[in-house]
Amino acid sequence: MPQPAVIAPAVIAVAGAAKAFGAVRALDGVDFAIRSGECVGLVGHNGAGKSTLVNVLNGGLTPDRGEIVAAGEARATYDVAVARGVGIRCVFQELSLCPNLTVAENVRVLREGSGGFGWRNRAAATVRESLDRIFPGHGISGHAGLGGLSIAQRQMVEIAIAFLDVGAPPRLVILDEPTSSLDARRGRELIAHVRRFCAGGGAVVFISHILSEVLEISDRVVVMKDGRVAADRPTAGLDARGLVSAMGSVARERAARRAQPARSGTPLLTHGSLAAWPGEIVGLAGLAGHGQSEALAALYLAASSGWRTGRDPRAAFVAGDRQVDGVFPLWSILWNTTTTVLPDMTRSGGFVDRAAEAAFGAEWRERLAIRAPGMDVPIVSLSGGNQQKALFARALGSRAPVVLMDDPMRGVDIGTKQDVYARIRTEADGGRTFLWYSTETDEVCLCDRVYVFREGKVAATLGGDEVTEENIIAASFGGGHA
Amino acid sequence: MTAFAARPWIWSWIAMAAVWGATVLFTGGASAAGVTHAALTFAAFSVMVGIGQMFVITLGPGNVDLSIPATMTLAGTLSLKAIDAWGGGTLVGLGVSLLVGLGVGIANFTLIRALRIPPIIATLSTSFIFQSTAIWANRGIRIKPPDALAGFSTDMTLGVPNVAWIALVLTVAAWVLLERTIFGRRVLAIGQNMRAARLAGVPVDGVRFATYILCALLASLAGFLLASFSGGAALNMGAEYLLTSIAVVVIGGSSVAGGNSNVPGIWGASLFMFLLVTMLNTYGLGAGVRLILTGLIIIAVIVAAGGRTRTR
Repeated sequence: MPQPAVIAPAVIAVAGAAKAFGAVRALDGVDFAIRSGECVGLVGHNGAGKSTLVNVLNGGLTPDRGEIVAAGEARATYDVAVARGVGIRCVFQELSLCPNLTVAENVRVLREGSGGFGWRNRAAATVRESLDRIFPGHGISGHAGLGGLSIAQRQMVEIAIAFLDVGAPPRLVILDEPTSSLDARRGRELIAHVRRFCAGGGAVVFISHILSEVLEISDRVVVMKDGRVAADRPTAGLDARGLVSAMGSVARERAARRAQPARSGTPLLTHGSLAAWPGEIVGLAGLAGHGQSEALAALYLAASSGWRTGRDPRAAFVAGDRQVDGVFPLWSILWNTTTTVLPDMTRSGGFVDRAAEAAFGAEWRERLAIRAPGMDVPIVSLSGGNQQKALFARALGSRAPVVLMDDPMRGVDIGTKQDVYARIRTEADGGRTFLWYSTETDEVCLCDRVYVFREGKVAATLGGDEVTEENIIAASFGGGHA
Repeated sequence: MTAFAARPWIWSWIAMAAVWGATVLFTGGASAAGVTHAALTFAAFSVMVGIGQMFVITLGPGNVDLSIPATMTLAGTLSLKAIDAWGGGTLVGLGVSLLVGLGVGIANFTLIRALRIPPIIATLSTSFIFQSTAIWANRGIRIKPPDALAGFSTDMTLGVPNVAWIALVLTVAAWVLLERTIFGRRVLAIGQNMRAARLAGVPVDGVRFATYILCALLASLAGFLLASFSGGAALNMGAEYLLTSIAVVVIGGSSVAGGNSNVPGIWGASLFMFLLVTMLNTYGLGAGVRLILTGLIIIAVIVAAGGRTRTR
């Protein structure tokens, strides 16, 4: 196995890095190095330590033990300022730009570019140039407020800022789940840009749960498991199955298409031309930001009341944009999972049955394998994927006959995804209805029927064997399938 | 230390005990019983309005009820007037004051929800209406409470003022409501993220409506008792409770940003606020110095309590 740190000077190398958060050992002696011109894929389950390693590399976290060598020098103190000084940039999984500022202002907050008169226009011009280079036809103004952009556009801006060629030139860009909010086309453009960047001598750490992307883009793959490096191999000769088994799960073949559930009577719910019958898995597809999330939110708001809790809930919602739509940051994991089902655990007089609540938490912790020291630890101490599992438990544990899912797999590892897919199928066979917006074509192809959205409306409806990647992409761009 | 830091209300209790000790020591221990009795009596009114304000502030940024003073005045005025006009004694007065609270809560939330006016503006506007109604109803005549009611509101039971007993019962009820019921859980959820709460099935409008009514009911009850206690309603009787109701919530360790509240701190902070003024009076300081010191000490307590914020 090649040892890159010996062959050429590494942009950054860490040796024996360890970091614990209370009882959780997020990093347990990790050696990691990356050279110029190299693209390293970093994979592993939720909570394997990927995000912690990223935070050590970008100077955000100081490891409890371990050495750091950056740009050829051993660093006694290594923090965000040092990391930026040697050209290490980071795109976070939890989007980190300020929603109340414009794109240009965000650039300036990150101390990129110069101040003085006209800094807004200069910053807007540089970020637009970077956006044009990576995502042609992005349609984002440098003066647009971040809060008004869709999650995909925010992700594109964040990526563009990371690759900006101002200040200390970028030598290593760390991309943590960069494609999870991007649709297929934007994902391809990003991969192409990463290739160009590495060919020009830059280095990239690419973190993704989408293994085909990792295999396509990287020269070398590092697999993390339980806070350690489980494997470090050149990509050539690896396949998805090998990676999955290195991560500690068994790869499963895609299950055959479900038998179409029999439709009877009127649809359970409708929204414009969109309709869903009991027991169906209905997909919402199309390019990101074309009204899928809005449609799901509107469906949920129509199916539930803001004034009172009905005897039987009609729908439950799984948020994809966790920080905005899902997580209660001051609460424990347990309280975050029981928000929707709480009326079922309430005795007369409005008292919460805390024993029943704890039992619900324990049951779903096991079912979804939520990795945490306990259900009463704060939810924000969890990795993004594990937070998402808590939100799944919130909806799946309810009695609602319809579950609305707003691109819910962002940051979820492949093992959990397989489990959730299987659970969705089982529950759909049992009569539950799922409406599932996803930016991943693989997931959309699991659906019985797919509505492809374009510019806020349903542009095409695909059923049964028509649900293929080609048809979805064609319809997304107005390819004329009807 | 972690168990200690997990109880933000502890700081208001420490400050309260320190100020009580400083006052009693200054008078050589002679004033202990008198100071304690007065503090319990006056803190009781702050506690009642403080609990209501706490629930409202817990609803999240922008939520505050500025109509508390006007509500107190209106409830005090109308309830004593009703007793005077219709007879029936305490129960009629209590009934009228609670009806006033219900009406105030409905009016406030109607403006907030139906007309989408920010709570701070809505409750400020309604408070002018409530205050004017009180002036119109009162016409400058101070109606005395019946003797039985006046006696009850100034008496003690088991050595503790009756109003303090009422406040204590309300405090326990508020704690149970916040910590043990689905309503409390939902208030805390809305305070952290209203959109996420709605999408998780919390009936956001209903819970906010109930919370504004709860706050107005507590303010009305406090107004009724305060008017009975002080021998009749006065038009400025609620004035000092505007800042007090907010201050006891903040000093008591509840988060101004919402979503995180605690009930015991309301008592510590209410006693502290009264004792602080008493202490500075006992020292015989001039009015200007007293106000400056009051401000500085409150800031010191908030800084001490705020040093241990939770991670994120």
